[in-house]
Amino acid sequence: MTEKNVLQISNFNVDFWVDGVWYPAVIDMNLGLAAGKVTAIVGESGSGKSTTALGLMSLLASNARMQGSILVKGEEMLNAKSAVLREFRGKEVAYIFQEPMTALNPLFTIGYQIVETLRNHFDMGPKEAHARALELITMVDIPDPEKSILKYPHQLSGGQRQRAMIAQALACDPALLVADEPTTALDVTVQAEILDLMRGLKDKLNSAILLITHDMGVVADMADEILVMKDGITVEKGTADQIFNKPQHPYTQQLLGAVPMLGSTKKRPLPYKEDAKPAPVLKLTDVTVEYPKRGRQPAFTAVKNFNLEIYPGEIVGLVGESGSGKTTVGRASIGLLPIKEGSLEIVGKDISHATQKELFTIRRHTGIVFQDPASSLNPRLPIGESIGEPLLLAGLAKGADLAHKVEELLDQVELPRSYRNRYPHELSGGQRQRVGIARALALTPDLLIADEPTSALDVSVQARFLELLQELQGKLNFACLFISHDLAVVDILCHRIAVMQNGFLVEVGDRDQILKNPKNEYTKRLISAVPVPDPAEQRIRREARLALKK
Amino acid sequence: MKLFGRKEQATGEILAGGENAIANKEVEGLSQGQIVRRRFFHHRAAVIALITLGSLILFVMTSLDSKIGPIRIPGWWKWTVEDIPELRYEDCPGGTTGCPTLSLKPGSSFGLGTHPFGQDDIGRDYFALVMNGARRSLMIMFVIGAVAGFIGVVVGSISGFYGKKIDAVLMRLVDFIQTVPTIIIAAVIGKAAGKVGPLYLALFLGILGWTGLARLVRAQFLQLREMEFVDAARVAGASNLRIAFKHILPNAVGQIIVSVTLIMAGAILTETALSYLGFGVVAPDVSLGLLISQYESSFTTRPWLFWWPGFFIISIALCVNFIGDGLRDAFDPRQRRRITKKDREQAKLQVKAGE
Repeated sequence: MTEKNVLQISNFNVDFWVDGVWYPAVIDMNLGLAAGKVTAIVGESGSGKSTTALGLMSLLASNARMQGSILVKGEEMLNAKSAVLREFRGKEVAYIFQEPMTALNPLFTIGYQIVETLRNHFDMGPKEAHARALELITMVDIPDPEKSILKYPHQLSGGQRQRAMIAQALACDPALLVADEPTTALDVTVQAEILDLMRGLKDKLNSAILLITHDMGVVADMADEILVMKDGITVEKGTADQIFNKPQHPYTQQLLGAVPMLGSTKKRPLPYKEDAKPAPVLKLTDVTVEYPKRGRQPAFTAVKNFNLEIYPGEIVGLVGESGSGKTTVGRASIGLLPIKEGSLEIVGKDISHATQKELFTIRRHTGIVFQDPASSLNPRLPIGESIGEPLLLAGLAKGADLAHKVEELLDQVELPRSYRNRYPHELSGGQRQRVGIARALALTPDLLIADEPTSALDVSVQARFLELLQELQGKLNFACLFISHDLAVVDILCHRIAVMQNGFLVEVGDRDQILKNPKNEYTKRLISAVPVPDPAEQRIRREARLALKK
Repeated sequence: MKLFGRKEQATGEILAGGENAIANKEVEGLSQGQIVRRRFFHHRAAVIALITLGSLILFVMTSLDSKIGPIRIPGWWKWTVEDIPELRYEDCPGGTTGCPTLSLKPGSSFGLGTHPFGQDDIGRDYFALVMNGARRSLMIMFVIGAVAGFIGVVVGSISGFYGKKIDAVLMRLVDFIQTVPTIIIAAVIGKAAGKVGPLYLALFLGILGWTGLARLVRAQFLQLREMEFVDAARVAGASNLRIAFKHILPNAVGQIIVSVTLIMAGAILTETALSYLGFGVVAPDVSLGLLISQYESSFTTRPWLFWWPGFFIISIALCVNFIGDGLRDAFDPRQRRRITKKDREQAKLQVKAGE
């Protein structure tokens, strides 16, 4: 059995030397992977998934120490000579990274980069290699291969770039393909296509795939075997069916419980009656937002003729793929971006063409939670100051009173009061997002804009965060525009859902109507592309989607 | 020992989670300032340079009389620049006069002597002259640093924060100043400023020296302006001024400090060059560059007239440069401490102890 496996990892340990102590990153890992099979390593950030992937081919930083054994096609890779490693890298073991924009060299055409890989490993002439590169690009379904082979990475879309990277990875027919979060940076519809592609190629070339991901939906779609990791320790190992349907370890159960599942929550009644609507908190009428031209770049209309009303006490989800104008709508709604046409009202005040001073008065009624917890807090301010800033600037509190209010806000988001004096870098992503909420809610706003607040968080952290947001919303009863690309999250949280595509609002309606009975073609496609964390159901969904495509 | 590490990770609170959890161990529970200080003090060359420069400044400043307004603080050195003691002939090589009496050879002659650095043509004590020159040079260095730093930060901030037309106008001004060769402008100004004193020379050099810093600050502002915390401050109702000074500037301060130290290191050399050419500080005032220039003809016969000002110029410039290097490494989060040989050995010991 061991003989047949393409990859055999036994008693694999990785430690990092930091400040005089060894910190373990991977502990006693064992894994066997046969040709044509997919093994997924799942776990939250910091669990050692990527460290394992990089450790396979000795690509770790110099302060890492590896012990144990890694056999690729029966050959020991650990502490192998660099000549041996070079021989195996690319040829037997190929990598697909998360971010194709940084993993591809921006200075060379994709064709050149594939040819380079080929000629490094095979005795091949330039013409021959070019022909093979063309074949590969055709194989991964990049449109117009003759022209695309001469394109630079920035000329391709995100999905096409990922395809180009897969083509490069497959150049030498590797026995083992290591895919480290291959679809995390992609939209769901593109993700579904890339996963289809990987599945097809695996069957065709009989490669083994080591899939590393945090997305249980992707795992359900792809994996034969699953390895669950936590803090470097393999907590559970089994077939996809075992892990999803009969998880043994409490951590696995907790992880699966935290994954939001489309259509699993019960109906949420609207907080108002359909025939007696209160005055809207936010009212966008025919709003068009344009980014003015800069130098040679022409003006770009990000949002066109957008109409939306949000009433007190409701959460409206705004979904769409990247570049659809979701964030632009969010920013324009609180006056961070000027609107070109149409009218925008917040709590009854028209701010379509407001001056700085007028905007200042509406700031008290609005709050925003940003996407990136790393950049949304000033690294040089203790978080207490960040949270207290809106109160201070609105002139509502000062000195001891302010400190007291900050403590109350920290209590509200369930952070210890002592965190007041900490700096953002000392907090985890989830904690920073809580600070972001505390700051946004400091003035008890009528309208909260949440711009993808959970996209940088792990599922269990995300689950807790969403719970907290719901609790706070129930208590403070603010209206919320929740921007997200994740339909499952929107499903949990929202009363109504608006769908955007290319700057247009394509559909808006009740949550259940949108998710169960979408009228628009695009909405249908979007919903069908979402992978569901259940292998059996995902198979049915996949087939349904492929049928829809045809 | 490995066991210990694992246990600690399991029980201890991991503050900054995510993929960097392990890397962040190094900075757990420290404020930004503490991290910077810690990194700076890990930089051995910078710490040595800081101590050397500090003691050098103290040494230079206390050696001669100083006047602060009406108060006169006496220096500890016996001679002043005005004193003209008798020239010393004895023990000097090749019939020269006024050679240094400083002797590090053990024996009867060991010690400072009356004129440790020697005497000039007419017998003035060279130690007093060099100290006076070093004072001037240090003063010029700090004034240039302060003036160039201030203008650079202000212009760079305005340019980067407001962008658009203001930015275009200010940056063309920077381009213009950068195309004019500093040394020629400084020479022209220096000729006129020579009469009014070294302070004005320093001010003029400062007014010419801010361009590089302004570009750097502008680039920092452009980058930080797009960060989400700036938007967050805006939504909180912060004014432009507050955003620029409370939110953006403190985040750019590392770059600014580093750049200013390097400007200062350059300034002391510019002053030397100008004074050497006769356009900087002019007699009867003294500066290190001027001392070198005055005695250039006696290089072969009385080389000590070069050694001492040269030694001070090099040590000051070197120290400031090293401090600048140390600060840059400390402020740059990408600079992670390398694993030294000592660390590796310690790691091996730990493994053995663990087994």
